[in-house]
Formats: sequence, structure tokens, C-alpha cells
Amino acid sequence: MISIRSVSKSFGAQVVLDGIDLEIAPGMTTAIVGPSGVGKSVLLKLIMGIMDVDSGQIEVGGASITSASSEREKARIRSSLGVLFQSAALFDSLTVYDNVAFPLLERRIKGQKKVSRSEVHKRVMDTLEALSLTRYTSRYIEEISLGVRKRVGMARALITEPKILLFDEPNTGLDPLDGQEVYDLIKECKERWGFTGVVISHEIPEVFQVSDRVAMLLGGKIIEEGPPKELSRSSHPAVKQFLEGSINGPIKIQ
Amino acid sequence: MAAVAVTQKIGKLVVDTTEAWGRSWIFLFRILLAVFRPPFHFHLFINQLFQIGAKSSLVIILIGGFTGAVLSVQGEHTLAKFGATAFTGPMVALSLIRELGPVLTALMVIGRAGSAVTAELGIMRITEQVDALKSMAVDPINYLMVPRFLAGLVAVPLLTAVFIVVGIAGGYLVAVGLLGLSSGTFMSQMISAVETLDIYSGMIKAIFFGFIFGWVACYKGYTCGFGAVGVNRATTQSVVTASVAILVTDYFLTSFLNRVFFN
Repeated sequence: MISIRSVSKSFGAQVVLDGIDLEIAPGMTTAIVGPSGVGKSVLLKLIMGIMDVDSGQIEVGGASITSASSEREKARIRSSLGVLFQSAALFDSLTVYDNVAFPLLERRIKGQKKVSRSEVHKRVMDTLEALSLTRYTSRYIEEISLGVRKRVGMARALITEPKILLFDEPNTGLDPLDGQEVYDLIKECKERWGFTGVVISHEIPEVFQVSDRVAMLLGGKIIEEGPPKELSRSSHPAVKQFLEGSINGPIKIQ
Repeated sequence: MAAVAVTQKIGKLVVDTTEAWGRSWIFLFRILLAVFRPPFHFHLFINQLFQIGAKSSLVIILIGGFTGAVLSVQGEHTLAKFGATAFTGPMVALSLIRELGPVLTALMVIGRAGSAVTAELGIMRITEQVDALKSMAVDPINYLMVPRFLAGLVAVPLLTAVFIVVGIAGGYLVAVGLLGLSSGTFMSQMISAVETLDIYSGMIKAIFFGFIFGWVACYKGYTCGFGAVGVNRATTQSVVTASVAILVTDYFLTSFLNRVFFN
């Protein structure tokens, strides 16, 4: 579903990603974990085509987003993606309803029909109900808590029924209860919508509960990849140190 | 060694400036292309026209009225030395129509609305709302920039017209009501001195200034740096860059238009 091949990205002299290879199979949820600042969010932006790779290839649903010749072509590839941003990235000038309806109303993809107003209303109300958000429908973003914002962000990401859903640190800034609620929500939504998931996180082992596979990113490379149980038993010193949350080991706190 | 370091710094400055200049032109080119490319967000354009235009009107009326009043007082005082107080009306009107109206309106709109446009876009940038648009396959240039750019292009000339009318009214009230000039003299001299080309000249300037307003405010917001400091810097740069650009453009436009219209 997502194929990342020999992808490198640098900012000036700082090499963030150094020849990354990763295959994300259809229907699976892969967590990309690692300490802060190792380039997890950069990798997500490269998958979305918001940033350009220095070298390498990324294919999303069989189409190469790194070779897309125009913004229109990138937009077409992105139409198979939904994204839940770290801060939810909702538009504060719009209500919850309008935020969720936004992709259906504003997205223009060549060859795709415009969704009718009645269809938009039906899909928005269905999605809001599925995510227990109906009582917030006419509220503005500043009037709801961060936990609810994440759910609204999730509803907005799901409204177009994307094949792939990307989660950037889905429970950043949330207390443990709200954080767990987000993970439960990911599991529920996956059962209902059946998307392929990519979760960026540094929350170990909490993120394992929604992951079929886990890839650990460090020093610009994927140092270990496999099912959560396998990763938990890894003998790699950096993986062990990260899982144990120890300050002693090859990972240096910057 | 010191000479090498200085040369390197100058070189970097030249390269960075050229790059930034080039990026801003590419950005403008993308906006201009997007203006003619659907979808057209008419409701967003009207909303921005309200934010930039209607919400600036009170300050424009205040500044316009008092500018006309001051021009009248100063003009009458100076013209009295030559026994030419009858020309107070033309002096007030021509100053406002050809120069002060477009320039002061543009500077006021930049201070009030340009900074707001840059700050809003900058905050959208740093809170990933611009990335969210892209991820939803919505073109941020088309959705965010075009309505603001077009609203600036329409609002500045309209506000300039308001500024000029209110300014002339302010000048009239002071000249006739306080300084004792004859109403007939003020009006008749003004009407005979002001030509249609004067109005064209002022409006052409206002359109150029509206163009600069939209370009600079949108570009600085869209390319805003990280965090509160980034927004702060972008907003300051937006106001300073647009103000300087307007005054420089004003000089060249005045020279050009005088040659074309009044030679």
C-alpha cells in the first residue's frame, strides 16, 4: 500500500533520513517509533508529498508521489490519504460540522464528481454519530477540548473514506485517559472503515495496541522492524534502551 | 582571513536575497495563475473584502477627514502669503486625489489589515492548517491566497475613493466653516482644477498599491517561520516591506503617470 525505497532527506548538513526502506502492507497498521527529533514527522510529510525527498521513491497506493510532476497529480494521489495531525489542525473559523464537511465540499480531483449537499450532510452526520460527536456539531473549535478536537480531526480524516490513514503523534498533549480513548478510537474506526494505518509515535508500549507492525527509526535509518511482540524481544541495544526508557545506552539525549 | 569571512557573508546575503526575491515572484505567479483556475471561492472573497475593506473603513474615514482638514489649514496659511486663498479647494482636492489619498490609504490598510492577513496565514502555517489543506487535496494558494489577494486589489481602490471624498469634505468644512472661505469659490475652483486624468492617476496608484498589499501580506504569511517568533517576524516584515515598496513604487508611478497624463 505504501512503499518507501532508499529515501533520504537532509536539512543543510543535518541528515535526517538516510536511505530508508519500508513496506506498509494493505490493511495493516504500522507504527513508526523513535525518540523525538529523529525524523518521524518528516517521513510522514514525505509520504504526504508535502515535503520533497532528496533521493529515493515513495509509492502511495501504487502511484509514486515523489515522481508526481505537478501539484494536481500530487493532490490526486493524496486523495487516497487521510491525516490526523498532532494538533488536529482544525480550522478555527469553522464549526465542528463545517470542519468535517470541508474535504467533501472543497476537494476537487480531476475525474471525481462533486458530492451533493444532501450527500455531504448525510455523510457528515453519520461520521459525527459514529465518533460520538453529534452534540458538538455547531460548536467552534475554541469551544471544545483537545481530546474532542482529536476526534473531530479523526472524523475529518475519515469523511472521504480514505484507503490510508496517517496519524502524527495522535495523543500528544492528552492525559492518559484521553490518550487511551484515542487509541480505542483508532481500533474502532479501523474495524469499521478498514484502512491501512501509519502511526507516528514515541509512546511505547501504548502504541503497540493499535499496531500490526512496528518500525524503529534512529540515526536516519530503520534499525528494527517487525510485529510488536518481536520488537519487544529485540536484542538491539538501542531498541532495548528505548523500550525500557533508560538514559543509559547508545541513544544520547540531545 | 577576515576579508574572506566578510566576502562569504556578503555572498551569502546576495544569494539569500536573490533566492527570496525569486521565491516571492514565483509565489505571485502561482497566485495569478490560480485566479483564473476553478474552483472559485466567491464567498471567501466577499468575506475577505469585509475583513480588509469594510473593517478598515472607519479608520480610513477618520484619517481621511483629518488629513483634508489639516491640508486646508496649511494650504490656506501658505496660499494667503501669495494672496491665493481661493485656490485652497484645488490644493486640497489635487493633493488628496493624486497623492495622499492612495498612499495614506494603502499605508493604513497595510498597518491594520496587512498585518492581520500575515499573522492569520502565519498561524495557519505553524499550526499545520496549511499542511492539512494540502493533505485534503485542497490547493492553499487557490483557497487561502487568491481571495485575500483579490480582496486587497478591490478594497484598496475603494477605500482610497472613500478617503478622498471624506478628505475633501473635511477640507471644505475647515476652509468654509472655520477659515471663512466662500463655499462657491472653494467648490468652483476645485471643479475647474480637477481633471478626469487626476482621478485616473490616483486610482491607478491605488490599484498598484492593492496589488502590493496582497502580494506582500500573503507571501510573508505563507512563508512564515517557526513559532511565535516566526509569526512576529513575518508580521513586522510584511508591514515594513509593503510600506517601503509602496513609497518606492509611488515615486516611479508618479514620474511615469505625470509624463503620460500631464505632459
